[in-house]
Amino acid sequence: MTAPAQTDLVTVVIDGKEIAVPKGTNIIEAASRLGIEIPHYCYHPKLSVVGNCRMCLVEMGMPMIDRGSGKPILDDHGGQKIGWMPRPAIACATAAVPGMQIRTTTELVKQCREGVMEFLLVNHPLDCPICDQAGECRLQEFATDYGRGYSRFIEEKNVKPKRTRLGPRVMLDDERCILCSRCIRFCQEVPKDDVLGFVDRGSYSTLTCYPGKQLENNYSLNTVDICPVGALTSTDFRFKMRVWFLKQTPSIDTESSVGANTFVWAREGKIYRITPRRNDAVNDTWMADSGRELYQQVEAEDRLNACHASGKPVPAPEALQAAVALLKEGKTAIVGSARASLEEQFLLKKVARAAGGAPVHLVAHTGEGDGLLVSADRTPNLRGALLTGLIDTLPPASLEALGAAIDAGEVQTLVVVREDLLAAGLTEAQLERVRIIHLDTHRRPGLERAAVVLAGLTVFEKAGSFVNQQFRVQKFQKAVPGPGGAAEDLFLLATLAAELGGESMPSTPASVWQAMAAEIAAFRGMTFAGIPDDGVVVEAGRLAELPFVEGESLHYKPAAEAAGV
Amino acid sequence: MNLKPETLAKIEAVIPRYPVKRSAALPLLHLVQEDAGYIADEAVEWIAAKLDLQPINIYELVTFYPMFRRKPGGRRIIKVCRTLSCALAGSYKTAEAFKAAFNCGLDETSPDGEVTIEFVECLASCGTAPVVMIDETLHEKVDGERARALAVEIRQAGGPASAPTA
Repeated sequence: MTAPAQTDLVTVVIDGKEIAVPKGTNIIEAASRLGIEIPHYCYHPKLSVVGNCRMCLVEMGMPMIDRGSGKPILDDHGGQKIGWMPRPAIACATAAVPGMQIRTTTELVKQCREGVMEFLLVNHPLDCPICDQAGECRLQEFATDYGRGYSRFIEEKNVKPKRTRLGPRVMLDDERCILCSRCIRFCQEVPKDDVLGFVDRGSYSTLTCYPGKQLENNYSLNTVDICPVGALTSTDFRFKMRVWFLKQTPSIDTESSVGANTFVWAREGKIYRITPRRNDAVNDTWMADSGRELYQQVEAEDRLNACHASGKPVPAPEALQAAVALLKEGKTAIVGSARASLEEQFLLKKVARAAGGAPVHLVAHTGEGDGLLVSADRTPNLRGALLTGLIDTLPPASLEALGAAIDAGEVQTLVVVREDLLAAGLTEAQLERVRIIHLDTHRRPGLERAAVVLAGLTVFEKAGSFVNQQFRVQKFQKAVPGPGGAAEDLFLLATLAAELGGESMPSTPASVWQAMAAEIAAFRGMTFAGIPDDGVVVEAGRLAELPFVEGESLHYKPAAEAAGV
Repeated sequence: MNLKPETLAKIEAVIPRYPVKRSAALPLLHLVQEDAGYIADEAVEWIAAKLDLQPINIYELVTFYPMFRRKPGGRRIIKVCRTLSCALAGSYKTAEAFKAAFNCGLDETSPDGEVTIEFVECLASCGTAPVVMIDETLHEKVDGERARALAVEIRQAGGPASAPTA
């Protein structure tokens, strides 16, 4: 009847519409490609299938074949007769096979969904008005979409623990739990930290952490994301804001070179939470807990709220004037940053050139990789610094070369972008010998020594792009406005480069990308607007062979290993 | 874990009988309970380690099945059937008689440590309801009077002439 279009594609018919899907695709995924929603709780595309919620029941049929002759059985109209199974099947655990027929709109399916919803709601508390999940709750949504609309339950509901602290970041309300086991499977399968389980039985089943243990791995908050109801909530976000007031902005996790895709949820200039954004080539649907806390830097105590010149707060243009005056005296060196965006690194290179070819130094920030979504390189954009030509070798962990140059009297003015010079190995004595122009977002030790302080923006307050460990260019957008006294890093750097070099400089991501596309081979033909939401991998050429520090992680193999093994 | 050498030998023998170690979880729980009388927290962790599992995997099992005891019981376990036939035939009265005789409540161990009294579901002898199982021995038609008689037998050292058949 319906022949597969390719060898690895199978065609199924869902609600009368044909769709060709790769072999092994389950019916939930196949239906979603047709825009047909099959409601489900326990199924998650990135976890194993258990089929315990029964919400995705559908009717299934196969073209009938006469067992004796092996010939298709035809109906009155000459088409192949479909043998419908008498009982519904769960779509999540049903793989598409050629010719399979699925019905999701029949009376039987409707009754199944109503029945499942009714059982799930039997012991579910009616505390939606105070529940953090309200507004993004699958139970709430499916109750309105597929429920019967009223309750026949007049008995007493079960009482279970309402406030169990599963770990430092996750709270559990057992009454709301619908026992889908997504969190249990996540802990087993992704961070491999098997601490959650169901104890007891039947309607007394209770999600629990093994006594004496805690859900404290660095991925624990993903359980909150995948919880279809309000059973698991984040201790940080709990009771802070109704989700429907929040605006989501696509962003990138800056804690390491993995560059997990994120959504930043903000309202009226204040960020409330960060959640992962699905990117099957980078972070699937996960992100580390440590990356979710980064929004706190926006309103941190030590945030730089104003530019400074000679120790006094001044407007940005004045600080820039002071900086330009210093730079014009020559003998400049630059400490760049792998934490800066691609566009900023490109402009910093322009500043270096305009300052008479000032040498550029970079500091490596490394830690231990966890093999998942936090890599050994704790900067988001080291590859960017290489691609823009800001540096041409991997940076050392300390600035010894710069220290030697200062000692030799070769450096008079130092431009620093987002680095702690003392931590990077320079001594107090060396810092005394140079005048420092420091572009940063937060106060650092010794910042008061800087001749000019330029207050920049955090990743949440500006747009730009990073290049992750896969050489994937990924962009982030502005979620909230920056503090009044701070200025766009791009504007600050463009002004410095323009004043020094005497030619105009682009100062927005889009215009910088025009210049980058013209000058850098790897970016030829690209535009900022044209970078897709899931990023684009650029040709790294010989750079890919550098001995980067990252080990294997989710969707990433070090180049040497990938080639050799 | 102070398991008897026989128990340890049985445990070693039972694990390879399954295609994956995990499958031996229930047999191991039974063996440990037979030996120690109950499943202590320590036992949960010991079995998990034995089968390369996490403690939570065993903890789920222990709490799922009511047949696993989480606390030490009395020297004998009195299981009174409360499924329909026995309940209709008066098993609740039987249980009351035992409770009075040993001065303890349901799911409790008598103060002298002699017995633990508990309700169980069907013991598959509905024709002779109400039935009671004391350790591994089935007692049929146990009304209040028979229960009191059994209690006396238990009190006398040795109890009802039935050594537990393991």
